[in-house]
Amino acid sequence: MRSLLVLALLGTPALADDLDPEALKRLVHQDCGSCHGLTLKGGLGPDLRVETLAHYDREGLASVILYGVPGTPMPPWEPLMSDAEALWIAEYLLTGESE
Amino acid sequence: MKPLHLTLAALALAGSAAMGETIATGDLGLVIERTTGAVLLVDQSDRAALARIEGLGDLSHASLVYSPDQRFAYVFGRDGGLTKVDLVERRIAGRVVQAGNAIGGAISDDGALVAVSNYEPGGVRIFDAVTLEMVADIPTGSKTIGLVDVPGRRFVFTLWDAGETWIADLSGDEAQITKITGMGKNPYDALVTANGRTYIAGLFGEDGLSALDLWDEDPKPRQVLPGYGRGEEPLPVYKMPHLEGWALAGAEFVLPAVGRHEVLWVDARDFTETGRTATHGQPVFAMARPDGRQVWVNFAHPLNDTIQVIDTVTKQVVHVFKPGPAVLHMEFTPRGHEVWVSVRDADKIMIYDTQSFEKRGEIDADSPSGIFFTARAHRMGL
Ligand code: HEC
Repeated sequence: MRSLLVLALLGTPALADDLDPEALKRLVHQDCGSCHGLTLKGGLGPDLRVETLAHYDREGLASVILYGVPGTPMPPWEPLMSDAEALWIAEYLLTGESE
Repeated sequence: MKPLHLTLAALALAGSAAMGETIATGDLGLVIERTTGAVLLVDQSDRAALARIEGLGDLSHASLVYSPDQRFAYVFGRDGGLTKVDLVERRIAGRVVQAGNAIGGAISDDGALVAVSNYEPGGVRIFDAVTLEMVADIPTGSKTIGLVDVPGRRFVFTLWDAGETWIADLSGDEAQITKITGMGKNPYDALVTANGRTYIAGLFGEDGLSALDLWDEDPKPRQVLPGYGRGEEPLPVYKMPHLEGWALAGAEFVLPAVGRHEVLWVDARDFTETGRTATHGQPVFAMARPDGRQVWVNFAHPLNDTIQVIDTVTKQVVHVFKPGPAVLHMEFTPRGHEVWVSVRDADKIMIYDTQSFEKRGEIDADSPSGIFFTARAHRMGL
């Protein structure tokens, strides 16, 4: 969470440079999709569409992605992605752009 | 087999309405194209795509089974769609959206019933294979996984949340259900042996598997490899392994370990561990070549560009290669001389010789995932 807070303070637009949105979109639909469904309507993992995620803010959602849900199949993605990438995905899910 | 459009053209030329040629389907197959909701009809002997059939809905995690005559495929889509595809006429012969969120299916031994297991609403629904009309609805109140067919018009499936396995007997007018409790915490997938006798469920919530002897009057779960992780913290799992592609190599099962970089070898008779082979990543499929001499293993994200081939006599990795980004599935030709590999992010199916490991061909496909040859029609539990 520490680094997320720093990022939040800095504001994220400047970080967009290092991110590859196409690769991240593909990751969300294909790799998150293997549990949450290609269209994110749910599978073994729950529905990840805007309505169901509305109770999260961007940072909260990014931290679920980074640290997972212990004791469930939701894995921590922190070994595979940066904080900035997790924030990008959180934003992508929360704006409903993913649908 | 001769491409159908030639046949049709020839018929048109002859001005005849009679079917001039029999279309054999024994060496055909279908490939799931996940993002476009289509299946690609392929010819295994010609190593070629013949046609694309569209309109099947959300096909992420889709699978299919074949009718006994190998003419029809029943495709189980993630969105709950059950689509009957006619391989001869290359079109959709029927489609129902039977639930909100489906996970897989099976066809009864006599080919008369098609069963679908659903996450939402949790349970199994059974359909007439000809009309796709629902003939039985078996709610389980749980995500339902590991659905297979066994002899006697029966289906076996397992409840993720409740850790139970149910046997549904459809030989009479009403479905008779036998419930077996105590299968373990969060079974994620299951397999049945080719003779329909042993059903094994892999557990996500604990280290180990549970086996049932379906020849028993009153089957009781038996623990297999309890605590195989020896208390080590498992790694995060980025893709659930599949047991459907389980491998019975000689007298042993080869199973992907959950959250570990290894495959496990188990004696098929007494379920004791007979070995482990360290692998490149977390295995997703460990598939035995039909003769049982080799096991081909693919891996979870982010190591999913690689395949390892393990020799079942020495349990050693004998070949490693990288077909390309996101290797999702492997299907052997019925006698194992070649293997077809779907490489999702290269939009290709690659075909390899299993003796020399040389590439024999490639076929363009849109985000290909599962590959299913019609020979599956004659095997139990697939
Ligand atoms: C191996 C399966 C699996 C994969 C892969 C996976 N998830 Fe999950 N995810 C789950 C499960 C299961 C849950 C439900 C956990 C629980 O019971 O609380 C979950 C929960 C979540 C939640 C919380 C939802 C809520 O309503 O509170 C979010 C957000 C989420 N996942 C996002 C993602 C993202 C983003 C990815 C890809 C980067 C991903 N997941 C990949 C299985 C998975």
